[in-house]
Amino acid sequence: MSMISGLEGNPAVRGLQINYYFICRTKLWFFSHNIQMERESELVKLGRLLHEESYSREKKELIIDDLIAADFVKRKDCLEVHEVKKSNTMEEAHRFQLIYYLFYLKHVKGIENLKGFIDYPALKKRTEVSLNDEDVEELKNVIKDIDGIIRGPPPAPQRKPICRSCAYFELCWI
Amino acid sequence: MTRKNYYLTTDGLLKRKENTVYFLNKDSKRPIPINKIYSIYAYGALSISSQVLNLLSREGIPVHFFNRYGFYTGSFYLRETLLSGDIIIKQAEHVLDNERRMELAKSFVRGAALNMKRVLGYYGLENGISDTLSDLESSGSITEVMNVEARIRSDYYSAIDGILPEGFRIERRTRRPPENMTNAMISFGNSLLYSTVITELYNTQLNPTISYLHEPFARRYSLALDLSEIFKPTIIDRMIISLIKKRAIKVEDFEHGMNQCLLNDSGKRKFLAEYDRRLGKTVKHRELGRKVSYRRLIRLEAYKLIKHLIGQKRYEPFVMWW
Repeated sequence: MSMISGLEGNPAVRGLQINYYFICRTKLWFFSHNIQMERESELVKLGRLLHEESYSREKKELIIDDLIAADFVKRKDCLEVHEVKKSNTMEEAHRFQLIYYLFYLKHVKGIENLKGFIDYPALKKRTEVSLNDEDVEELKNVIKDIDGIIRGPPPAPQRKPICRSCAYFELCWI
Repeated sequence: MTRKNYYLTTDGLLKRKENTVYFLNKDSKRPIPINKIYSIYAYGALSISSQVLNLLSREGIPVHFFNRYGFYTGSFYLRETLLSGDIIIKQAEHVLDNERRMELAKSFVRGAALNMKRVLGYYGLENGISDTLSDLESSGSITEVMNVEARIRSDYYSAIDGILPEGFRIERRTRRPPENMTNAMISFGNSLLYSTVITELYNTQLNPTISYLHEPFARRYSLALDLSEIFKPTIIDRMIISLIKKRAIKVEDFEHGMNQCLLNDSGKRKFLAEYDRRLGKTVKHRELGRKVSYRRLIRLEAYKLIKHLIGQKRYEPFVMWW
């Protein structure tokens, strides 16, 4: 497994873990310990459907090293990496997931000329994401932090409005 | 939840045509849309093809089989999809460490006993459950814990006999074969509940073969036996008492043989219909602030066990709060 420069010694992190880090530490811990819930949640099914149905013409998933799973890529004069999301309420989480993809593709895979986009088909909206030094610094801290969280005991859940629609709701609050 | 349990009580055949499953018996052909099935309970002789099993497997739907006496024979238990190495290790760790095992084993017995107490309380019956239960804490081995459980259960059955009409009294618990009507219903109901618990466990990361109260070698899915204990009084026993007292179930609903008694077809159908109605009944959950069905309570119990195993929250057994 290639190491990310500046992150040597840290384990591989998956894009979704970056996303969950910004949403909920408890969810991050459960997910990282393979405690997954997704079989029945209607919202999860809806999300999957959205991924399957949107942009079906350009469906080219990009899966690399089992860490990166961008929803689709487009090769133009540069490589466009797209992540499809249902709503923009978790924009920071989505943005960092994409920043991680771009960072990984650039530094580990040596791909130059990248552009990142978050697509919100339901909102008919598209946001461009690009790498800057500040975000990369934060990304490195996030990755270290994720490692610490996963190796530690399960974090106590924090009640947030999003808990209501989370697949882990019952597991957290029972 | 829109998915339902299907109880097949007649002999028949399950066929697949595209994404629909059909149940064919000598009288009819009934379509069962795949996304309407939660699990299938087969009581009659059922012929089933691999095409059907493939479809059920894809949708995560288990099938539980029972012999003609209503005893559980086995399940089409799906390829596990929710696997977590961590959870299995923690489960095993809690068996190997005697202190941790005892804590869980005692919790299951305490939960079962407190639910029995609620059942008796509902009918205004005197009981000595609390006295016997105090012996639980001093128990030092699984055998002692099991003995406490057996004493509580035997007192509990005698107390229940006080409100049952003659002919329906339990007298003493007999299995394989049950010797009278209420014993027959208890056996039938417990097997049914056991299968329901298996379905719920399948939907979690818990390994159903690693158990605490029952020896892990007691039966294949011994963790389902552990969790069943807690729900038997609330779901099965209350239902049996109510069926008898309302005269919904009658002597004619049984097959009486030499030293054995079993539910007949009409009895099974009544029992299953009532069981299903009860599984679907909802209560407002205090911690979750949501309505949950009785069936869901079983799943929640599995979640509580997971949280105990990973050290997030100590397990407290479900005790009926209404």
